[in-house]
Amino acid sequence: MSEVWRHAWLIAQKDLRLEFRSRTALLSAIVFTALVLSVFNFGRDPSAVSPLDLAPSILWVTFTFSSVLALNRAFQLELEHQSLEGLLVSPIGRTGLYLGKLIANLAFVAVVEGVGLPLFVLFFDVPIGHILLPLVAVMALATVGFVAVGTLFSAMVIRTRFAELMLPVLLLPFLIPPLTGAAQVTSRLLAGRPLSEVGGWLKLLGAFDIVFVALATLLFPPTVDE
Amino acid sequence: MTLLAKGRWITAAGLAGLAAVYVRALAYTPVERLQGLAQKIFYVHVPAAWSAMLAMGLVGLASILFLLLKDERYDRFAASSAEVGTVFCGVMLTSGPLWAKPVWGTWWTWDARLTLTLFLFFLFVGYLLLRGAVQEPGLRARYSAVLGICGLVLLPFIHLSVYLFRTLHPMPIVLKPSAPSLPGTMLVTLLFSFVVFTVLYIGFVTQRYAIAVREEGAPHA
Repeated sequence: MSEVWRHAWLIAQKDLRLEFRSRTALLSAIVFTALVLSVFNFGRDPSAVSPLDLAPSILWVTFTFSSVLALNRAFQLELEHQSLEGLLVSPIGRTGLYLGKLIANLAFVAVVEGVGLPLFVLFFDVPIGHILLPLVAVMALATVGFVAVGTLFSAMVIRTRFAELMLPVLLLPFLIPPLTGAAQVTSRLLAGRPLSEVGGWLKLLGAFDIVFVALATLLFPPTVDE
Repeated sequence: MTLLAKGRWITAAGLAGLAAVYVRALAYTPVERLQGLAQKIFYVHVPAAWSAMLAMGLVGLASILFLLLKDERYDRFAASSAEVGTVFCGVMLTSGPLWAKPVWGTWWTWDARLTLTLFLFFLFVGYLLLRGAVQEPGLRARYSAVLGICGLVLLPFIHLSVYLFRTLHPMPIVLKPSAPSLPGTMLVTLLFSFVVFTVLYIGFVTQRYAIAVREEGAPHA
């Protein structure tokens, strides 16, 4: 088992190092997030709808779009020089490869969300200081589940036509449970309600994470193996 | 008899049964007291939903079997079932609003089961789009099997998450711990149309499967 995690860490390190050297994808994703947030500002009537009412949807729709954009990148970078084939013949197991990609994607999406959240606070003047910890926990809980599915699908769509379009079409239905849960919990948190009120949603988010991380790990080998 | 001919006969029997369902529903089943004639859509809407769910369940099952056994017949069956399921889903999504408008007063509502079936439809369409976007047959079979399994696992989650919202749909009236609260004649008509829609599903899938065999020029399987 420790071997799998060591391999996973190697793959994640490789991906993150590549990302850190070029920074193109990361910067584009961050700029994209900022742009979507500002588009929301012009897509509402500030005198009619208070930012607090709209905040959960703004936050989660933005995160959804940026994550889909970020996930496209995961296996795209293995297409050049047939590096995916190289990875597959290397002594790294499929599970290690998948988990490595998952860790790298999680780190990538976490950075995007980490920049997106302060920008959201800045743009919409929503106070989150008192609920920062539970909010970050909910973001993590929701993100793990859909990044797990997204990592699996991004390995799949790179070899299809219209890969950039195919990923959102396949992935968005899978974002519904985590997205609904996260938005509901966020709105309760912003309204100052206790976490016990959203126990059902938290259980749903947790179950989604466990089921889909396990399922995607299981389905990754038949996806990439000839 | 070839597979295609068999499929045609089963479909013909299903269509005859469908005509009989209409006759029975309109002439020999009482009109519902509160909803009036609009309630007759019940006998098409609910069985169509059943067939669509059956189709998705079998797509998932065939996908699992394909990944385990690597037998291309399962893949062909999953593809056929998904196409037929899309059609039944379409029937359900068009008959639903037609029934909802007079009874609920709105064409559409983000109610639990409605949302679930909408996403069932999106899953079917995504599945078919993915099949269309991969050229190589072996790759296409593996990818669609992976998506089929994920889709099957996703449905309970979507159901649960929209259920936590709220629901307008009536609570189960047939499959519940106590006796069915649907009057006898209505129940018979409903069960009859369930049978008919299942026969139609089998007929459509058999035909589609036979066409797929011909398209691939594969040996008769």
